Amino acid sequence: MAEVQTYDHDVLVIGAGGAGLRAAIEAAARGRSVGLVCKSLLGKAHTVMAEGGVAAALGNVDDRDNWKVHFTDTLRGGQYLNNWRMAELHAKESPDRVRELEAWGALFDRTDDGRILQRNFGGHRYPRLAHVGDRTGLEMIRTLQDHGVHQGIDVHMEVTVATLFVSQGRVAGALAYDRERGRFRLFRAKAVVIATGGIGRAYRITSNSWEYTGDGQSLAFHAGAALMDMEFVQFHPTGMIWPPSVRGILVTEAVRGEGGVLKNKDGRRFMFDDIPENYRAQTADTPEEGWRYVLGDKNARRPPELLTRDHVARCIMREVRAGRGSPHGGVFLDIAWIKEKIPKAAEHIKKKLPSMYHQFKQLADIDITTTPMEIGPTTHYVMGGVRVDGDTQMSTLPGLFAAGEAAAGLHGANRLGGNSLSDLLVFGKRAGEAAAAFASANSAVAPDQGEVNEATREALSPFDRPTGESPYAVQHDLQDMMQDLVGIVRTESEMQRAAQELAKLRERAARVGVTGNREYNPGWHTALDLRHLLTVSEAIVASALARKESRGGHFRDDYPEKKSDFGGINFVAEKGPSGSMVLRPVPVPVMPEEMKKLVEEYK
Amino acid sequence: MAQARFEIWRGEHGAGQFVPYDTEVSDGMVVLDAVHDIQARQAGDLAVRWNCKAGKCGSCSAEINGKPRLMCMTRLSELDLNQPVTVEPMRAFPHHRDLVCDVSWNFRVKPKIRKFTPRKPDAPDGTWRMQQEDVDRVQEFRKCIECFLCQDVCHVLRDHHLHEEFIGPRFLVHVAALEMHPLDSLDRRDELRTAHGIGYCNITKCCTTVCPESIKITDNAIIPLKERVVDRAFDPLVKLLGLGKKKS
Repeated sequence: MAEVQTYDHDVLVIGAGGAGLRAAIEAAARGRSVGLVCKSLLGKAHTVMAEGGVAAALGNVDDRDNWKVHFTDTLRGGQYLNNWRMAELHAKESPDRVRELEAWGALFDRTDDGRILQRNFGGHRYPRLAHVGDRTGLEMIRTLQDHGVHQGIDVHMEVTVATLFVSQGRVAGALAYDRERGRFRLFRAKAVVIATGGIGRAYRITSNSWEYTGDGQSLAFHAGAALMDMEFVQFHPTGMIWPPSVRGILVTEAVRGEGGVLKNKDGRRFMFDDIPENYRAQTADTPEEGWRYVLGDKNARRPPELLTRDHVARCIMREVRAGRGSPHGGVFLDIAWIKEKIPKAAEHIKKKLPSMYHQFKQLADIDITTTPMEIGPTTHYVMGGVRVDGDTQMSTLPGLFAAGEAAAGLHGANRLGGNSLSDLLVFGKRAGEAAAAFASANSAVAPDQGEVNEATREALSPFDRPTGESPYAVQHDLQDMMQDLVGIVRTESEMQRAAQELAKLRERAARVGVTGNREYNPGWHTALDLRHLLTVSEAIVASALARKESRGGHFRDDYPEKKSDFGGINFVAEKGPSGSMVLRPVPVPVMPEEMKKLVEEYK
Repeated sequence: MAQARFEIWRGEHGAGQFVPYDTEVSDGMVVLDAVHDIQARQAGDLAVRWNCKAGKCGSCSAEINGKPRLMCMTRLSELDLNQPVTVEPMRAFPHHRDLVCDVSWNFRVKPKIRKFTPRKPDAPDGTWRMQQEDVDRVQEFRKCIECFLCQDVCHVLRDHHLHEEFIGPRFLVHVAALEMHPLDSLDRRDELRTAHGIGYCNITKCCTTVCPESIKITDNAIIPLKERVVDRAFDPLVKLLGLGKKKS
């Protein structure tokens, strides 16, 4: 039997991006012993890639903004499949969470009167995103990291959790391995917080790094917790597309927030051609009005480039499919044009979008202050995830919590830009608080030794098959399949094929082999990630097949309209008695009357 | 498609050698793409640390043709592909395996630096007022992605191994961000001179040269810190009057 080192923590936090760090800080501040597991080095998690800003109704730039507007914007963006309670807490608490970061050393860009500056973003009625140029995520993760390292948290860097254990109906701990030596660690914990982020690596074209293999969603599912809304994958409209090696790398929405426009190969601003009914009243009629909005004219309405991401991504696909795309299969995003409007435009762009300038200059030989960027949709975010209680973030498995991208509910069918950074602060804190309370109220339950032995045996099994198929090949084929059959535009027949392909891939994954030893062996790690990727892919396919309509991030060519029968349900995926995945519809939580009134009032 | 040869350092715990791999290269590729192709097709267990592949996380630091760089931001078009491209781990840190080294020392240094301690809020609602021009300077330092290339190239660490006495350019930038933060209320000059060992830096600017974020580490962080330390430690007037607790 493999050697296993045991660690005891009151609260185990899996994932050290913004949500995990914030949860760990909160649980530690409440006197619990906390273990924080990160798949990479501390401070490298995907939060670092968030660019545009964190949404908070501070009202610093437009004093008409308040939590009610943010709340209703979030629901509208999510096509009313959101958990209203989470949307309420998020809108109410996000300003305090942002101010708290400032008290911990974050330095946001400033207004003229010295307060936190806010910028425009898609689907937000007023300028709402606190930001630092276009590197807001870096500022946030570094602030949390630098605060967290003084909190007495035990950080387990480059450690990956492979299995969760359940005992007496509660979460009991986790088995993990460290990358450096490939040694096993058994974590025994009274409460576990899943903060592992997303699933982007299930697709070929993605803005996500190697880590985003759906670990948390899959761990929770296999432990018996429910997943929800997994059909809702966000394809960010603007990823780099050329040269091929950079395909998928994110181009921040802040480019459009600062006045960037989308054009097809004929130079037409095609976003004016299709404005959804529920956004018509808030959207500019002319380019001239859109520009005035960018400049801060309170009487002007948003340019259509700042419609929600699901819609913008679909409009881009429409242009490309109609043969009006750019040479490499995307469209043009032009920020250089603002030189017609303002003096010193090049300096302004470099100041507001420094990392975009750098990224295009260095990776694509393009100067964005003079030349339009070529962009296209990229897999970016999953709105679905672990189904949680809106107040505590506890999953359907007692003691198991989830926060940030790994959790479902806040965003409904589509997330607004900027709402992820606020999500992870608000619900990271709440999850940490509730996990600490759970750990105080409950004694530890021991994982079953037999299950621990079985989990280590399972994790080492790829080494028994040195001549087995390469795990990279299976991962690549899965990514191609998901991209081609369950991507931005979906149909019944393609997704039925995807379900069959998944069964074949599962068989191949069970036979993959790895060579070398256990020390820092990425082949082995890829083999172990496959199980998670296959689980979340199965949940995506099953939910997407069941939702026979188009809504938010889920677009079906065979059912291109919204349907009221689906407007009131979320799809939940759980492990059935036979161990296979079972899908069932559950009603969307009903809003109390006063909340319904708000939605009407801000329509 | 063209072929290129990469000589990649393979081995464990310091022992190892360059192993040649030929791989196809195409337009726009970066060194990390080539390493990934080799990993997927020829060497499944080739150890490499990476994350964002967009120059934002600072994970894939290595020495490419002997120069410390991020693999994800080094275009093949900048390199002479008629010669083999050498890729090896950062040499100033203990070696783990292949391209991965042990950078954990850096993570032990940071908690020893006293945390950000803001002055009292400026407004009754608990918030502060700061002007953008006062924030600009510190925002430059906060661009740091902790790739540790500056630590790799610093001769005080690389050649003289003074890890116990000197925190290195990365953490001098970190202290500069705190010391020059408009809200921070601590005076950090004594520990800069003693525990942080700022005197070991003799401003050869190697750190600035390799910084992928183009932070002017030496000119904007280290030299101003040195000046503050000198003012504090050696100003005869300050000494005479027993002043100097106040921040300059």
